[in-house]
Amino acid sequence: MSNGYHIVVCAGIVPDPLQTLEPVMSGSTPALKNEMLLPAVLDPWAAHALYEAANLAAHAEGSKVWLVSAAPKSKLQQVMMNVAQKAAFELVPIDAPANGFADAHSVAEILAQAIHSISGLDRSRLLLFGGWESASRGAGVTMQLIGEQLEITDQFQGVDRFTVLPDGSLEIHERIEGGRHLVSICSGPPTVLGWATGNLPEPRNNPQVGMANMRTIMPALQKTKSTSLTQNVRYLSVMPPRQQRQTRIVKDRSAEEIAAELLEWISQE
Amino acid sequence: MATASAVERETLRALPSDASRQVQWGFADRYDLQLLVQSSRAVARGPVARLVAGGGRNSHEWTEAKAALLEAFDQAGITAVFMEPEEGGLFAGPKNFALALIAFELAWVDGGAATASLAGCLALAPIHERGTEEQKQHYMKLAAPTTPGEDRKPWRGAFCLTEPIPYVGVDTGMLNGKIRIVEWKTGEEPILQVEKRGRFITNIGFANFVTTAVDSDDERIKGSCMVILEEADPGIFDRGTPTRKMVHQLSSTGDPIFNLRVPASRIVGGYDVKDGVLIPRYSHSEVIEAVFRRTRVTVGVMTTAKLLSAVEPIIRYQRGRFRGADTATPGSVRYELGLQAREDALHRLVDLWATGEASASLGFAAARVFDELDPLEKEVEKLYAERGISGGKAKAKFLRGVADEAVTLMQLPRDDARRSTLLSDLRLRFVALDSLADVLCPAAKLWNTGWGAQMMREAVSLMGGYGITEDCPGFLGNKWMDAQLEATYEGPEAVQRRQLSVTMTNPVFLAQFREWIREMREVASEHPGTGACALATAMKLWLWTLDHLQHSKDADGGRLYQSARQGVTFPLADALCWLVAARCQIVDVLRLEKSGANDASLAEGLPGLVKFMTDLCNVQSARASGEVARICAELVFGYDRHPAWDEDGKRACWHEDELDALENLMPGINSYAIDVIAGDGSHPAKAGPCVNCAGASRFLSLHAKLDGCLTGSRLAKDRAADAVSKMMIPEALDYPA
Ligand SMILES: Cc1cc2nc3c(=O)[nH]c(=O)nc-3n(C[C@H](O)[C@H](O)[C@H](O)COP(=O)(O)OP(=O)(O)OC[C@H]3O[C@@H](n4cnc5c(N)ncnc54)[C@H](O)[C@@H]3O)c2cc1C
Repeated sequence: MSNGYHIVVCAGIVPDPLQTLEPVMSGSTPALKNEMLLPAVLDPWAAHALYEAANLAAHAEGSKVWLVSAAPKSKLQQVMMNVAQKAAFELVPIDAPANGFADAHSVAEILAQAIHSISGLDRSRLLLFGGWESASRGAGVTMQLIGEQLEITDQFQGVDRFTVLPDGSLEIHERIEGGRHLVSICSGPPTVLGWATGNLPEPRNNPQVGMANMRTIMPALQKTKSTSLTQNVRYLSVMPPRQQRQTRIVKDRSAEEIAAELLEWISQE
Repeated sequence: MATASAVERETLRALPSDASRQVQWGFADRYDLQLLVQSSRAVARGPVARLVAGGGRNSHEWTEAKAALLEAFDQAGITAVFMEPEEGGLFAGPKNFALALIAFELAWVDGGAATASLAGCLALAPIHERGTEEQKQHYMKLAAPTTPGEDRKPWRGAFCLTEPIPYVGVDTGMLNGKIRIVEWKTGEEPILQVEKRGRFITNIGFANFVTTAVDSDDERIKGSCMVILEEADPGIFDRGTPTRKMVHQLSSTGDPIFNLRVPASRIVGGYDVKDGVLIPRYSHSEVIEAVFRRTRVTVGVMTTAKLLSAVEPIIRYQRGRFRGADTATPGSVRYELGLQAREDALHRLVDLWATGEASASLGFAAARVFDELDPLEKEVEKLYAERGISGGKAKAKFLRGVADEAVTLMQLPRDDARRSTLLSDLRLRFVALDSLADVLCPAAKLWNTGWGAQMMREAVSLMGGYGITEDCPGFLGNKWMDAQLEATYEGPEAVQRRQLSVTMTNPVFLAQFREWIREMREVASEHPGTGACALATAMKLWLWTLDHLQHSKDADGGRLYQSARQGVTFPLADALCWLVAARCQIVDVLRLEKSGANDASLAEGLPGLVKFMTDLCNVQSARASGEVARICAELVFGYDRHPAWDEDGKRACWHEDELDALENLMPGINSYAIDVIAGDGSHPAKAGPCVNCAGASRFLSLHAKLDGCLTGSRLAKDRAADAVSKMMIPEALDYPA
């Protein structure tokens, strides 16, 4: 592609995965205990999308990356101190109380609106990136909903690989069961890609990149107005995924026997 | 599932966030520094931690794995921080605070990694502070990290001052390194022969250049200087064998030998020629003074990081100590609190945390002061040049000219109109700030590392046997030992005490100190829980003691406050450090309370955080006051001779028969008299008659007042302990152990 892609990456923030996540009720909506106080990171699935976007942009001249994020802005600012060093992008912040329990429809709506209002965004070159899942509650539908709101019908979820073919069409590997991939060819943008883990390592921090990004990030954060989210979801109960550990030392058992026992143990859940 | 109301109790809820530290330590408006913190942290908790966990500290040699860290530093922007943008640096302006933050982040995981990075800056510092423009440009560019596509290896440097025994150590004047002129053709640059042996020189295993201190061994060279040596210079550049050190093993240390020919243009800061004599523009001591007064702050902050990094692993250890035992079922005190059910375990942790906070506040305050001082110093240098003032003595005289006005400035109320007039005088502003820097730097180096090392031992203790194993999470055993090096290199404690014993008597500083007393009282009236009132009283006690010692003699008529009397001056310097650190801690917590409220990411949980931090201030102020009271009492009374049961002593006592006679006139007098000589001449069983404290009544009343000021400090400790037992911590440490 001669003049590159316009890649919009949608990424929320989530508590650092090492933190203790304890759901509590805040009014009628659940929340995580002390979530505002805990260090946050860019949602890891979406972060992979960002690294893939930066890599693609670096190899397709004329491309540009936007990072659209709905989050409490002061927390987003802290996260940017790290993320802004990893790739060149322009931040489109939305100051909203988005967290793992927010209604995915409302989140998708404000994200779609924000993308819609990015000036100079060329729909014919648009690749809408995000995570197919989230390290928060993971509704798993947000990217699809944004795509629908923006009327982009070519959608791929669980993407691990994205290749631009010589004719400009896109080859996309979507993760399916059994460690296998579904390979599709898409004629070109606009398209939605919900990334799984991709293939790229987390880029090292580079404060030079960070400083360059910050010139636009800080004013954008300062300008952003607080937005509320409608909540149409009612939660009856929430709990963090349970971790179980049962250790036993077994000898003289075949791999099949062990596998069968593991299967039985998993199916108890 | 708990309800939110249970969460809303106003106590510390989680470990202080980055946002709160940015406000507390004064860099909330510096995103360049915030970026740098994140990139340094990623290196520290990534490659550095992996290397330590993988046993990288178990060799004295400079290994490839250790060398790889230097590249990681380059890529993370750490190496470039020391440089100006035109030299390949990250940002313009003073770098002290930035370097302190980097040291903090690296030493959070490993002190040796911090040293390896900072020793490069130390090597460049003589050139940066006193080098000629050409030297600066040349070496900064060589040392700047490469940019993508550039085919060059960045140069690394070492700073070589210390010499094999019996030469340079604490005493930097005992130079054995020599410099001679071996060739001096008319109209050309003289060629010098430099002979130097170094001891314990950091970075020597790989340094491409060395800045070294040498003395003249030639009547055609005047005095000492620093010279730059390069590995390719003709002659011997022998790196020596690696030092078998038990600390900071991720840095390279060795005892090099140099015997090299270099052009005279390598003299740091250049030289003049007068009557056929080469006169270096700066003596080695002038250069190292300019260097160390900055770099020592950074070292102080390294120990700080160790203390604060110990909090999380200790809490996790304490809480999980009994989990898994049959008797520790979920929900039981044993399961939920573990060792945190024990008061002493919590109290000691609170002490450790409070020390860490005070240490951070002092270290970062010092770094910020130097950032403020740097541009002023440059302006003053220009003034010297304009007025043709050169040489240490002439410069000092020039500055002394405004000392009285600086004292006046300190004493003026904050809203006094005369302040702005006085502050418009550059020289005066410089003198005022310089007097503060002169105290804060040695205080941060001395107290943070010295007392920090003691408290690291406490941290190790709290982990039990685990603490002194390689498996201890957070590498606490290593950190304990590493702290001892931080107390030693770049001037051991004696050097800092010696400096403080001079700078703390500067009238300009003392005027500022008096202002602090007023400030602390004011703080106390608005924030009574901070311990500021006790601190103000302790400050008064210290001031009284200093004045007393400066004007008193010992029992044999010897002057008490004088440089040779380190038994007097050094403890008083220690006492001052406690006060200065506790004050900085309070000032930072007040900033957190005031500015934190405007920060949305801090607003939630801020009251609890401030309450906890306030309690830590109170704990620390009480401890500081106690230390000051103990030191001052020893100094005030310790140099008087104790009365004995000799003729003089007995004369001052009551005699039994006198008392009996008086009892008829004043019934009950017998029970008031303490020192009574019996009819057979025997005396009470003690060292001598009690001391008459004439002349020290002001001291005694201040001391008694101070005791009372400690009221409530243990309640603050109890509250802090309770908070520590309830706060959330992450599930696991964010770096391997
Ligand atoms: C790992 C490591 C790295 C180092 N890196 C460098 C480096 O890169 N460059 C460099 O030049 N040096 C370096 N040093 C050297 C370090 O700076 C010196 O060890 C330090 O300055 C002390 O000198 P010394 O060991 O000779 O102690 P000494 O001078 O022998 O002092 C020992 C002790 O005697 C007492 N003492 C000495 N003099 C006085 C006095 N006047 N008043 C009161 N008490 C006194 C003090 O208690 C002092 O701690 C390093 C050292 C180590 C261990």
